[in-house]
Amino acid sequence: MMKQENHGDEGANLHASQDDMESLVLDEPPPSSNGQSSPSASTSVERHSSTATTSSTSQNFNSILEPPSYADAIFTSFDSSSSNGQENPKQPSYQSDPPTRSEFLKIWVSDPEKELELTNSLVPGGTSYYTYLITTRTNMPEYGGPGSEFTVRRRFKDVVTLSDRLSESYRGFVIPIRPDKSVVESQVMQIEQFVEQRRAALSKYLNKLAVHPTLKKSEELRLFLVVRGKLPLAKSVDMASRMLDGAVRLPRQLTGEAAAVTDVNEAAQPAKGGRDLLRIFRELRQSVVNDWGGVKPIVVEEDKEFMERKEKVAEFEQQLSNLSQQAESLVKAQQDIGETMGELGLAFVKLTKLETEGAMFESQTIRATDMKNVATAAVKASRLYRELNAQTVKHLDKLHEYLGVILAVNSAFSDRSSALLTVQTLSSELVSLQSRIEKLEATASKIFGGDRSRMRKIEELKETLKVSEDAKSCAVREYERIKENNRSELERVDRERHEDFMGMLKGFVLNQAGYAEKMANAWEKLAEETSAYKRDGN
Amino acid sequence: MLTTRSVSGSSQSPRSPSSQPYLSVSVTDPVKLGNGVQAYISYRVITKTNFTEYQGPEKIVIRRYSDFVWLRDRLFEKYKGVFIPPLPEKSAVEKFRFSAEFIEMRRQALDVFVNRIASHHELQQSEDLRTFLQADEETMERLRFHETGIFKKKPADLMQIFKDVQSKVSDVVLGKEKPVEESNPEYEKLKHYIFELENHLAEAQKHAYRLVKRHRELGQSLSDFGKAAKLLGACEGNALGKAFTELGAKSEALSIRLQKEAHQLLMNFEEPLKDYVRAVQSIKATIAERANAFRQQCELAETIKLKEINLEKLMLTRSDRVGEAEHEYKELKAEGEEASRRFETMVRLMNEEIVRFQEQKTIDMGIAFHEFAKGQARLANSIADAWRSLLPKLETCSSA
Repeated sequence: MMKQENHGDEGANLHASQDDMESLVLDEPPPSSNGQSSPSASTSVERHSSTATTSSTSQNFNSILEPPSYADAIFTSFDSSSSNGQENPKQPSYQSDPPTRSEFLKIWVSDPEKELELTNSLVPGGTSYYTYLITTRTNMPEYGGPGSEFTVRRRFKDVVTLSDRLSESYRGFVIPIRPDKSVVESQVMQIEQFVEQRRAALSKYLNKLAVHPTLKKSEELRLFLVVRGKLPLAKSVDMASRMLDGAVRLPRQLTGEAAAVTDVNEAAQPAKGGRDLLRIFRELRQSVVNDWGGVKPIVVEEDKEFMERKEKVAEFEQQLSNLSQQAESLVKAQQDIGETMGELGLAFVKLTKLETEGAMFESQTIRATDMKNVATAAVKASRLYRELNAQTVKHLDKLHEYLGVILAVNSAFSDRSSALLTVQTLSSELVSLQSRIEKLEATASKIFGGDRSRMRKIEELKETLKVSEDAKSCAVREYERIKENNRSELERVDRERHEDFMGMLKGFVLNQAGYAEKMANAWEKLAEETSAYKRDGN
Repeated sequence: MLTTRSVSGSSQSPRSPSSQPYLSVSVTDPVKLGNGVQAYISYRVITKTNFTEYQGPEKIVIRRYSDFVWLRDRLFEKYKGVFIPPLPEKSAVEKFRFSAEFIEMRRQALDVFVNRIASHHELQQSEDLRTFLQADEETMERLRFHETGIFKKKPADLMQIFKDVQSKVSDVVLGKEKPVEESNPEYEKLKHYIFELENHLAEAQKHAYRLVKRHRELGQSLSDFGKAAKLLGACEGNALGKAFTELGAKSEALSIRLQKEAHQLLMNFEEPLKDYVRAVQSIKATIAERANAFRQQCELAETIKLKEINLEKLMLTRSDRVGEAEHEYKELKAEGEEASRRFETMVRLMNEEIVRFQEQKTIDMGIAFHEFAKGQARLANSIADAWRSLLPKLETCSSA
């Protein structure tokens, strides 16, 4: 999977804005800019920002600490795969495209704008919603070949529609899960923050679709990305109908989509049998609707291998979830130690200042130098911890991402289950139809003279039976198709997971090692500077 | 050992030219005695010396924390102007009181305390020190009880408090709101410095303590992360699973390193900072004493002047109370001179002490900084090594 990174999206855990360190790195740009407003430094270590005194204190600090060398200030990542993010579609940089892929489809989400909901009601003060500018660049032939570029405006509802339609059209596929409708975080957010979070999530989602080997070629996605104005995708049909989708090839009259009327003759005859079939579908829909709130309809799963697969996925999900949680704690712990180290450094800066101003003894001056060196090392270590953590977040976020993939996998599994349910339901309908026909035929032969209405009934049932048999073979074909989709998709997901996780592990380890070495350098320097105080025998 | 044990020469001539006078003490072997609320820790105090005032070359006694407090209080009374070495705090939280770490930290601090006294050229001659180092336990208990008995303050102190109140009242009555203070700009600077220093040091110490905690927390989360990675590895099974398992194992190993370093950080960096803070607080106490002494001197001077005026008046009127008044006046004058002398000694001592204090602290902190740097470098290097060693294993896993 290509890494499409919008830098700083995952920086939720980092306090970038309230950072004493920024004030000490005055002339250098903050190493990993996350696009937020310029950091306002806080002076006191208790993080109460008093911007009035910021500039003077930072002057003082800077006069005491030497500004870090340029080499230090430049952000260096240790693993080659991380990029510095591309925020601006106006400056296309194609360097991060892996050379192995000849086709690419890249999407940027930007420029959120507020728009008013157009309602027909006369009541003033309507609701508003946000739209986002979707920019696409691609060389895919489906989109017009190399150099193709498109921009459209879409709202979140459109994304929901896209997602729903993809789920319907690509049953059995492992389809990336779309962003949530509601705010997930427990924290209360300002609108701006929410919109930014959503923008980032949308970008991630669309780009995931764009690298899915099958979905990237889907008509639904193309329409979404290319067609200006109203999104030309119908809103989804209800859930129950989606479950019955396996039989979608039936004539439309039967499923109740009124408009299309074909040949009058054709319309007349199937209608009789059709009435019953329609009834079947309605009942099926009803049973699903009834059961949806409680227990799912029971599918008799005969495929042992599938059952085992599902169980394995469930276990994997549990362990992954656990690891993801621990990863979060690790990130927090790294952040904390970095912060405390920084605060320690600042405290020593203050001490240095005290011992320097109006020093009465030489021993004080010496101590001031020592304290300055300690402060420098501590501040440096603090900065390194912060950078390390930014990288760690990016890597370990993969764990969290895969929890989403598992959701998609489970969704693909349930596509299969529901297809199987359709088959099984139709099978049992067939059986009951058969027995009714047999019963009627049996009684009809006993009655002298034959019953015209009964004969008619038998005819009807036989028609229904034929249609049902067709429906069943449709459903079976659909089921097999979905099974195959499952299989190939799982293979793909497995492969990608293996690759992604190996990359993640390597990146994580490389970063830990790299930053630890940098820190060791800083501390060794301090040890050197204080070597005069070595105790005997050390 | 936090301080360099400098053996300063005593004022007495050595017994034999070849052996330098020495007095070295060690506080060891903390043992929990007693039950329940009454439980306490006792320490073995071993003295090795060739000072003549001492009973012998070696002496071992058992002491508890309150005995050290007694010694500190006595020295503070007797040696005004000297910065009495600080004691570790009386323990805070109950459950912490008997933790191994706390006991060790306290033992170390008490050891440093006594040795600083033993190497201070004034304090080492103290009789109270001799008592502390040599008296049997019953005697010590009696002395201690007497000191920290029902009245926390000695009668003399109570009198002083009354006098203070009196003088304050009279000051207010006479319209003198401000307490009498030295007008010595150098000394003012020093006082200001000391107060600022305490604040800044306390802050640094607070963050140092937090840093210890952070090390422990990071260690804990690495351990949890490692366990979770191993579980996932077992679940995966294949080469990728192996990679996760290896990562998990490394994480757990590093967690142990972090816990170790946290302990080192506490003993070799945070404690010295704490010690520094205490030392500054001790200086503040001496500053207060000096202010008292100065005030006393001033008040006496006032009283003497009044008495002088009164005496002259009496002499003019040829009163028969002249003799009595003269006597009182002479007495007061002597007292005044005594107070002046005491005050001047204090000032002189303080000036010497401050030089020594600054020098000693530069050394103490230098050592602490060096240990801090070494410890952090050690930790960082072992972290880097551990992760680097994992890389080739990951390579084999990914190529599999």
